[in-house]
Amino acid sequence: MGALLDIIGNEVTYSSAMRFAVLLLFAASGEWVAERAGTLNISVEGMVLAGAFGSAVGYDLTGSTVAAVFVGSVAGFLVSTIQANLSHRLPADQFVVGLTINILVLGLVGFLDNVLEPTVVRASQLTIPVLASFPVIGPALFDQPWPLFLVYPLVPAMWWLVYRTRWGLEVRASGEDPNSADVSGIHVNKRRRQTIYVAGITSGLGGAYLVLGAVGSFADSIVGGRGFIAIAAVIFGGWTLRGSVAGCLLFGAVVSFRLSLPDQGYDGINTEFLSALPYIVTIVGMALFAHRIRPPAALAKPFLRGLN
Amino acid sequence: MTDVVASDPIDALPKEVSAAARGRHLVFGEIVSLYALSIAGALLLSGLLVYLTGGSARAVLGALLDGSILRPGRWGLTLGSAAPMLLVALGTIINSRAGLVNIGQEGQLLLGAAFATYVGVRLGGENIGQVAGFGVLVALLLAGGAGGAMWAAVAGALRFKRGVPEVLSTLLMVTIASNAVGYGLKKDWLLLAPAGDRSNRNQVSEQLAETVRVKRVTVFGNEFPITVFLAIGLAVVVAFALARTVPGFRLRMLGQNAKTAQRAGVDSARYGMAAMLLSGGFAGLAGAVMLAGGDFGNYQLVPGFSVSIGWTGLLVALVAREKASAAILVSFLFAGLRTGSGFLAATGVERKITGVVQALLVLALLIPPAFLYIRERRRALNASKERI
Repeated sequence: MGALLDIIGNEVTYSSAMRFAVLLLFAASGEWVAERAGTLNISVEGMVLAGAFGSAVGYDLTGSTVAAVFVGSVAGFLVSTIQANLSHRLPADQFVVGLTINILVLGLVGFLDNVLEPTVVRASQLTIPVLASFPVIGPALFDQPWPLFLVYPLVPAMWWLVYRTRWGLEVRASGEDPNSADVSGIHVNKRRRQTIYVAGITSGLGGAYLVLGAVGSFADSIVGGRGFIAIAAVIFGGWTLRGSVAGCLLFGAVVSFRLSLPDQGYDGINTEFLSALPYIVTIVGMALFAHRIRPPAALAKPFLRGLN
Repeated sequence: MTDVVASDPIDALPKEVSAAARGRHLVFGEIVSLYALSIAGALLLSGLLVYLTGGSARAVLGALLDGSILRPGRWGLTLGSAAPMLLVALGTIINSRAGLVNIGQEGQLLLGAAFATYVGVRLGGENIGQVAGFGVLVALLLAGGAGGAMWAAVAGALRFKRGVPEVLSTLLMVTIASNAVGYGLKKDWLLLAPAGDRSNRNQVSEQLAETVRVKRVTVFGNEFPITVFLAIGLAVVVAFALARTVPGFRLRMLGQNAKTAQRAGVDSARYGMAAMLLSGGFAGLAGAVMLAGGDFGNYQLVPGFSVSIGWTGLLVALVAREKASAAILVSFLFAGLRTGSGFLAATGVERKITGVVQALLVLALLIPPAFLYIRERRRALNASKERI
């Protein structure tokens, strides 16, 4: 019990949880938009990795972290164009495409990493004067590498995009009832492709944050399945944005426990169990709530005009 | 209809029929050229990548061929690597024919290998005899299948009892499996070898006893485990069962149109569950075959034992387009890329290029059928418009 209080009262706990959660937030906010349009992109993992590598190369070439973040989001976008056009322009199976993209990006990044060997640094720390001195959670939220602060406008922007624009209405219609959307003049597959581009850009930003903000170096194992956790967070959140954000924070905390608990002297905790915990929580969550939470009705169902 | 086509020139047919027949001729040429184009595109891209990074594509191809088949003893190694890939692919073919998406073979394979290790090490001691050893080997292979099937069964049960999409549960369970096996390799009451015979605390299991291993045969100086024949035999069985038996027909019906299958009396939960069990079972068997076959490591389980064979087997099934017979050839091709990559170091090209080649080939082979499908549908839609 004392141990638990120790962890809850410690600023480091929140900083490291935030560090892991932010990567998930970047990737999940875009993937949430894409899933609302009825697509499910396993390739988020590959998009994040491409973003991470792109930003590493971008920094190596330009020496500017701003340019590096930009290059990272472009790399994520490029990967998303493969997913979008193969599975929502041509009718190739989206899971097959997504899985293959992940393998392609992993191979490509591993190959190019050995050829280019980009060197990266940590992006500069940004401290918001008053807010950062807030006790316990202040440093976690407001004293961090600057790419992290991109996530604060990004999440509300995604909400606004999906719920307050015509485009967002069309996106949701494409995800709920593509046939009706189609007869009312919405180009369903075009909207779906666009949402995947959004997911690619935000995942690329997530990868850039991972390299420049969280780690400060690049290795091809840097993402290590956390793109899948981002997808899990969207499902865990029941396809609402606030649920997805909560899922990201929860999973981020769980992932960070694996590193922070032994650091603080709690050795007895089973590290394998902690690594698997986000996945177990997601599966149990889906099993418990799959009946209560309602996915977009056309989630992961390809749309072809006149087929249904 | 066929008689008419055979006896008369196409032009003599009624209008719609002749259009269809002409279409068929056109389509065949189209299919061949489309596939040729996409494969050439994928290979060209890979070659370009090698060229741009300062390597020689010709040298890479030569090294890959040398390492996979040409050099003495190499095609035996390739066969040994192909067997588990083929087994994984066979399982994948079964579930995709039933309309289910299992992408967790990597985890199912690893868990199968862990189960096989446990049984093989616990039942087969140092001095086990020839006959008893064979019995343990069979038990070990079955245990591997059971382990993989159990892992897939969880995903299947979640799908049919709770409505959880099996795509996600199988994928997420890969990481859980690798962590579970990692945990098992830390505990000596599970998989960890007793510390006595090792100086360092590496996470490895005990080795399988000599007599518990799969027999290796030598053909023209190429040594490979006899499980290669088992894998090919099972491929024939799966192909036959899917094409010519009632349960196979029902599985395919379920995959092509679940509603029709239900009206025809196919219990989707029962057949779907069976497909998941078989799929996981094949992946688990592949893990056991890797463990006892000798081409992967030293007859013992280590962390990361599955070395992406599960993922590659999944790709094999995708490239083979759900045909067990084609999977035999494709698994040999992909195994060749794997064994051939061992020779790439001499050319100065990073061996990870083979992962790129594999993925590009898969993507390239996805395009023609998708493209043709759209064409076909457009034609059908236009035809139906004309009729109205």
